[in-house]
Amino acid sequence: MATFGTLSDRLTATFSALRTKGKLSPADVDGTVREIRRALLDADVALPVVKDFTAAVRERALGDEVNKALNPAQQVVQIVNDELITILGGQQRRLQFAKNPPTVIMLAGLQGAGKTTLAGKLAKWLKADGHTPLLVAADLQRPNAVQQLQVVAEQAGVAVFAPEPGNGKGDPVRVAKDALKHAKTNVHDVVIVDTAGRLGVDAELMKQAADIRKAVDPDEVLFVIDAMIGQDAVATAKAFQDGVDFTGVVLSKLDGDARGGAALSVASITGRPIMFASTGEGLDDFEPFYPDRMASRILDLGDILTLIEQAQKTFDEEDARKTAEKFATDSFTLEDFLAQMQQLKNMGSIKNMLGMLPGARGMREQLDNFDESELTRTEAIIQSMTPAERRVPKLLNGSRRVRIARGSGTTVTDVNSLVTRFEQAAKMMKTVAKGGVPQVPGMGPMPGMGGGGGAASLRKAQAKKKGKGASKSGNPAKRAAEEAARAQGIKPGAGAGASGSGFGLGGGAATGGAQPSAEDLATIQKLLGR
Amino acid sequence: MADRTFRLGGALRGLFTNPTIDDDTWDDLEAALIGADFGPDLTDEILAELRSNVAKFKTTDPRDLTRMLREAIEERLAAHDPTLTLSNRPAVVLVVGVNGVGKTTTIGKFAKFLTGYGRTVVVGAADTFRAAAVDQLATWAERAGAQVVRPQHAGQDPASVAYQTVQFAIDNGIDIAIVDTAGRLQTKAGLMDELGKVTRVIEKLTPIAEVLLVLDGTTGQNGLAQAEAFIESVGVTGLVVTKLDGSAKGGFVLRVQQQTGIPIKLIGQGEDIGDLTGFTPHVFAASLVP
Repeated sequence: MATFGTLSDRLTATFSALRTKGKLSPADVDGTVREIRRALLDADVALPVVKDFTAAVRERALGDEVNKALNPAQQVVQIVNDELITILGGQQRRLQFAKNPPTVIMLAGLQGAGKTTLAGKLAKWLKADGHTPLLVAADLQRPNAVQQLQVVAEQAGVAVFAPEPGNGKGDPVRVAKDALKHAKTNVHDVVIVDTAGRLGVDAELMKQAADIRKAVDPDEVLFVIDAMIGQDAVATAKAFQDGVDFTGVVLSKLDGDARGGAALSVASITGRPIMFASTGEGLDDFEPFYPDRMASRILDLGDILTLIEQAQKTFDEEDARKTAEKFATDSFTLEDFLAQMQQLKNMGSIKNMLGMLPGARGMREQLDNFDESELTRTEAIIQSMTPAERRVPKLLNGSRRVRIARGSGTTVTDVNSLVTRFEQAAKMMKTVAKGGVPQVPGMGPMPGMGGGGGAASLRKAQAKKKGKGASKSGNPAKRAAEEAARAQGIKPGAGAGASGSGFGLGGGAATGGAQPSAEDLATIQKLLGR
Repeated sequence: MADRTFRLGGALRGLFTNPTIDDDTWDDLEAALIGADFGPDLTDEILAELRSNVAKFKTTDPRDLTRMLREAIEERLAAHDPTLTLSNRPAVVLVVGVNGVGKTTTIGKFAKFLTGYGRTVVVGAADTFRAAAVDQLATWAERAGAQVVRPQHAGQDPASVAYQTVQFAIDNGIDIAIVDTAGRLQTKAGLMDELGKVTRVIEKLTPIAEVLLVLDGTTGQNGLAQAEAFIESVGVTGLVVTKLDGSAKGGFVLRVQQQTGIPIKLIGQGEDIGDLTGFTPHVFAASLVP
């Protein structure tokens, strides 16, 4: 996830300048604070928030509470981390459900912030949690918003209440009221009201939102805001707070490369917690917002917890066990390889996943060059084989390879390299499954990695990153984190191999980073002196 | 058409309350420029220019400073030609942008604007991804008095809808074909490639007259990243800035125009179908700094 990307780059650069200092002088602090200020402004954090933030960091950096155990760079990292968490709202907040159902959740926000899509995501998320949500089409303003909500509801597999056709006709307040009755009679325990998007300055629409709020007395009013918004975040958030008063914030389009300064601004100015983040176009691209994890992401400490959660959602333990058996008995075939790859694809973008690993910022450029279509190409090659060939790769003679290359739109060289990699990987997996240690140092079981370019570039990226880490990271805190990450890479990688789920591709990286996480994360945090 | 008053006006109004220029004036000015989303770099650049001008002309009157600021902004805005080139027949206009910036609404307004000048217009609903986008566009087209080409089935390849739209314009002698596309974040390489395909397919029939990138006026410094990504994949020829009727100042567009050399061509400032105007540097600068 590229969230806060450049912000963390800049902060990292700033901190590395402090690494040689034994003690923080007021001049050092001023210089650092100036850099932080600029980094935050570049990330679209609102000016008043930047002023408060830098003042707080400055005061604490010069204050008496300085921890003697930490060097200056670590001190600043710690202070900035603490302050970020404070601004982002401290603890993660959950949805408040009503004692007497239905719980009413109202969505408000600017046009184009992503309310209707979010309504679908929220409904799907609640449904997965055992609720029976009802979507209410109270956006009667935007052309065909009602139809959009109906389609979204269908995709999410939830009920929708849309008595009015929209396009400027009908009374949204009435719709919202009727929806409550409808929910009670049809036993829906959560009602999600989608309202019309409005500009902060539009008094009439703002009043309509306030009226809807009065009519349905919602348990939660969620303010949806685009992560790409600029300095206007302040004016908009204030206008909505005065107009409808919201209880929580949802950050949308966090998958863009916006640096997400809006998150800091809104949370700081309104004092309302950010509760969810929306991170993609699919209805599943939606996650609760954790201030501490986001702060870690900003400071490049990685977001391992989110990574584990994603991995757990996708990986099927049963499958993993079967695969492990196949490794051990040498009956692992290209068919299984294909299945693994498809499972991995379900987990989402590999770039996103790698971006969550600690220290991954350093390899962002390489990540950008990593071509995910290599996976698709590899898939195409395997799918161009006959079932027999997939089961017994030895069958693949020259003319078969030519046919496969033609069928998959690749070259014979591509096919050859896939087969070679597969064979090497299968051999290595067998060793691992029998309790050995794979031979690639520091990599965990990564050899099956996708197509040629993909594998090579990723491996290069990793190697490069490690080289960099060793030579460049003079910041002891960061180095410690990187070392911990590296340690994780090897040990749990083998563990993952043993359970079989980490065959090839990024799977090794994913599960490798993920498995020991809770304790290792704690170690990292401890190293940081938190 | 360009004499509408912008509600973003007053961004920098009442800035200089002191009778003379002093340190507070500079601080206020910096805060105001950053608050209007000009971004730290451009803010520093403008401040440096103004400081040297103030020193050169030895003025202490804040009114002089206001005028210099307005001129500095206008000069930067006017560096590029905002005229739309729609002389081809049919003139094909491709509209692109990230999600939720107001592409479909802009097309509705633009179609109305063109039919108002007696042009015949067809709009192509190549946003086959977002739920109900096709219906939304059709509603706008109806209001604007334009024809609409719909995808024949859900999830049809956007490039083929674009092709059909242009073909329809050629067959029926329609002046202008506007193609809507699905919103996409500039970080999604696959989706950006899809846009490249749309342009290639259209260009088999006729050259594309304009590729308009729609930017949300409330966007911050990320607007530049958006512009750069879209320029790389589809060769944007003009910028459209929307939602300027809110409290946003849209200062980032100046930075985008300056860094990319792509001119701002249209300004959207309201929910009404008539709320789209051409871009006039003078008016824009005057509304930012009254």
